Amino acid sequence: MSLHGRDITSIRDLSREEIEEILAAARKMIPLAEGTKVAHPLLERIVAMAFFEPSTRTRLSFEAAVQRLGGRCLTIADAGATSLRKGESLYDTIRMLSSYADAIVIRHPNEGSARLAARASDRPVINAGDGSGQHPTQTLLDLATLQEAFGTLTGLKIVLLGDLKYGRTVHSLAYALAEFGSELVLTAPPGLKLPEERSEEIRRAGGRVSEEPDLRKAIRDADALYVTRIQKERFVDESEFRKVAGSYRIDVDLLAGAKPRLIVMHPLPRAGEIAPEVDPTPHAAYFRQAFLAVPVRMALLTAVLGPAKRGG
Amino acid sequence: MRELKITPIRNGTVIDHIGNGLALEVLRIIGVRDLDKDSTVSVALHVRSGKLGWKDIVKVENMELSPRKANAIALIAPTATLSIIRDFKVREKRVVDLPPRIVGVLRCPNPTCISNQSEPIESEFGVLTRRPVVLACAFCERTVDDFLRHLA
Repeated sequence: MSLHGRDITSIRDLSREEIEEILAAARKMIPLAEGTKVAHPLLERIVAMAFFEPSTRTRLSFEAAVQRLGGRCLTIADAGATSLRKGESLYDTIRMLSSYADAIVIRHPNEGSARLAARASDRPVINAGDGSGQHPTQTLLDLATLQEAFGTLTGLKIVLLGDLKYGRTVHSLAYALAEFGSELVLTAPPGLKLPEERSEEIRRAGGRVSEEPDLRKAIRDADALYVTRIQKERFVDESEFRKVAGSYRIDVDLLAGAKPRLIVMHPLPRAGEIAPEVDPTPHAAYFRQAFLAVPVRMALLTAVLGPAKRGG
Repeated sequence: MRELKITPIRNGTVIDHIGNGLALEVLRIIGVRDLDKDSTVSVALHVRSGKLGWKDIVKVENMELSPRKANAIALIAPTATLSIIRDFKVREKRVVDLPPRIVGVLRCPNPTCISNQSEPIESEFGVLTRRPVVLACAFCERTVDDFLRHLA
């Protein structure tokens, strides 16, 4: 793959063909991620996990991906324990780290920090979330989930529900889905709608976008419902928050009006948006989505780090 | 043609065809306080112009604009022309031009962008569209089209 040595800071860094290659490689990684097959293409490789912001799922799935492939991790899981606290710049921290590791995975609260890290590092940098900015590997695993369920990413109708204004996962997912020719239906409470510049960008990428505030109508003929968390801190008035959050609760009753094959996705953690009664139904895809994080990250790390140094 | 109401300069830069009312912003970019103390700065506001209707002009003695300052002027006064004067003669004349990367000229409007933290880097923008000019931060991708408010 042509991704050897490349930084992955935004989903826009990847062409449609490159995304397809990563997803195909990820499918082959599933038995390795499950532990039913063993291969060590990352043997003798060290990947630095530079997490300057709390994260459970993202960091652990990256670490699992590295370790399943025989590599090792250097982990910063608490920014308070680094010299950043002594006033060291992120630039210097990353520059130092790039001399200890073969690749760097970074999560940081400031937007643009992954791009800065990519400049500071002479090793590939993978963005694992920069503030409210980009989170390309989340987008890749979202796409992997859709592709596994439907065998394609083209011609699907996907409802994006919840906080479409601040939710970092939806912006890059929406962009990628538009590139693949899927249709987007946006269901967001007033004040949390997709910013106009984002809709414009999606249309420029050739995507079809419409709004449907009524969730029941929106999901009637949809293939997937992508739910995001509505954050309380975005509302001035708590009663307004409760009203909005309540109107977007996904339960079995609501899903009775959807196609039997509709899948419900969520980047997790959920905070009451999806009733636990949905979990045993065939609609629930969010735990599968969380699992697919591992093979997708395995595929990306392998592509970026290139062939094994020896044996493998 | 009528004589200009401000005197010619021996050596320096004339910034002509500045959009009406923007001369003071141009002066802000030039950084008048940093100039040689013997330099004279002449400003003509609201001058008749065949091309623009009305224009502003700035003449600065003993100064040649750095590329960075010329880029900043290109952002806020895209119609401006620069003439380099040596010994009362125009030695070089050019229109200001927007380069593909604009480095160190603007602050990113996103307060939580990494370029607004204390990192050893300069702000950097790429040109998203030229008409109208819209720039995107090279770090966080935030767009900016209101350059006056975000001059570094």
